[in-house]
Amino acid sequence: MDELRELYQALILDHSQHPHNFKVLDSANRTADGHNPLCGDQITLYMTVENEIIKDISFQGQGCAISKASTSIMTTILKGKTVAEARAIFDKFQHMIKTGEYDSNEMGKLAVLAGVHKYPARVKCAILPWHTVVKSLQTDDNSEIFSTE
Amino acid sequence: MSFDINQIRADFPNLRQEVHGKPLVYLDNAATTHKPQAVIDAVSRFYGEYNANVHRALYQHAAEATEAYEAVRDKVANLINAGDRRSIVFTGGTTESINLVAYAWARKNLGPGDEILVTEMEHHSNLVPWQLVARDTGATLRCIPIKTDGTLDLDDSDKYFTSRTKLVAFTHQSNVFGTINPAKEIIELAHAVGAVTVVDAAQSVPHLPVDVTDLDCDFLAFSGHKMLGPTGVGVLYGKPELLESMSPFFGGGEMIQTVTMEKSTWNELPWKFEAGTPKIAQVIGLGAAIDYLNEIGYEAIGEYEKKLTDYTLERLAAVEGMSIHGQAAKRGPVISFNLADVHPHDLAQFLDMEGVAIRAGHHCAQPIMQRLGVPATSRASMYIYNTSEEIDRLVQSIENTRRFMTGN
Repeated sequence: MDELRELYQALILDHSQHPHNFKVLDSANRTADGHNPLCGDQITLYMTVENEIIKDISFQGQGCAISKASTSIMTTILKGKTVAEARAIFDKFQHMIKTGEYDSNEMGKLAVLAGVHKYPARVKCAILPWHTVVKSLQTDDNSEIFSTE
Repeated sequence: MSFDINQIRADFPNLRQEVHGKPLVYLDNAATTHKPQAVIDAVSRFYGEYNANVHRALYQHAAEATEAYEAVRDKVANLINAGDRRSIVFTGGTTESINLVAYAWARKNLGPGDEILVTEMEHHSNLVPWQLVARDTGATLRCIPIKTDGTLDLDDSDKYFTSRTKLVAFTHQSNVFGTINPAKEIIELAHAVGAVTVVDAAQSVPHLPVDVTDLDCDFLAFSGHKMLGPTGVGVLYGKPELLESMSPFFGGGEMIQTVTMEKSTWNELPWKFEAGTPKIAQVIGLGAAIDYLNEIGYEAIGEYEKKLTDYTLERLAAVEGMSIHGQAAKRGPVISFNLADVHPHDLAQFLDMEGVAIRAGHHCAQPIMQRLGVPATSRASMYIYNTSEEIDRLVQSIENTRRFMTGN
């Protein structure tokens, strides 16, 4: 119980109740929808990508505290990163969320989500925004839906 | 037998388990129920003492296994007052039963211009098979809407039950709202326009006396595991004349009479629909579950569950920020709800830490979620072994979670 409380404490106070970058981005040249049908988590990501750099990023949608917080933290991390850097962070984040192992220098704020690995049913919630970003970066198509199912 | 809750609880080994160091409070009975020792023993005795395939071999254990297996068919026929044991087909579960009708009856009898009528409160298992039938046959799928109280809107029934309606498939008891639908009325409306009826009784047979003769339904489906029995076994009831008119669903051993390299003739009902080695152990376990329920008696079960459901509704309604979905007067022990500012998955995760097992999600009824305008709900569903003390723990855990998540 205490572990769960700690995990949520970190998430809720910082991000889930007051998500960062929670808005429509008018300048976006990439949008992508992410959907986790099992939970009903649904996010729309907006990104402005120029010269392989994520200039700006925001999101809208609804979901559980873990998916909302994960999305919110992700947007703060990815702003200003190159596409290649974003992909590299995704790989490390995915490893952390599945195993709990991470390098705190690399993960920074994202480390608050490491505890999610203890709740396998919730891994999908935490990783949904990342899959959505990666999916939208892989394609030239401007609108993609990523589903975890 | 009088309703002795302590005795009943003592019969279920799983209720003695602890989860995260807390005694288990199991409130996901609409998904599956726990098994009394009598069911576990019946399955174990079959495997340990007279394991054999049924119907053909000439040795002692095969005869015992066949007798035990076929005796359950009579128990099921009695349970739902089917009259004729040939009308009881053992399947893998409700989903398989419904699909059997969809493949072996609907695909042969429906075509363009025909209509299949379902309701807005169907479980995916009584919706998707009919979507597939509509796609394959050119028939049109129509839907009786629900009212905001979680009951069916049958006010304009003429709009839905027409000369084009050939099949009406509906749930007897909603797995989201708990609403008990007026099955007899729906079947009368269907028969008045010459339609065949399919009743999804997965949520009703565990809790209510269901009488297929009185209902006059054409097909009725339910599962063993939601009524104290094993997983992997279900029942399809069908009127014998309809089952006779249908071609087999699965081909294989057991369902044939004679086979040449060119063709086969079919076995009699109900075995025509039981290809291959049947679910022998599961069926025997289901028989023990039926015995257990009969010993308590449906009247006592209904009374106890009503009291517990009323208590749960009253306690939940007093929680700040609580919305309960569905206010049907006739309802079973299934309650779906949302708590303001707390996502159902977060709630279910916190409740799990308190040892309280509820369901969070769409409950295989995504159209209802769309109708309610929520991504998911939380659901508590009770059975004969749950107690008001367990409901107190549920409510306390919800309160604790609410305070933690909302900070007040």
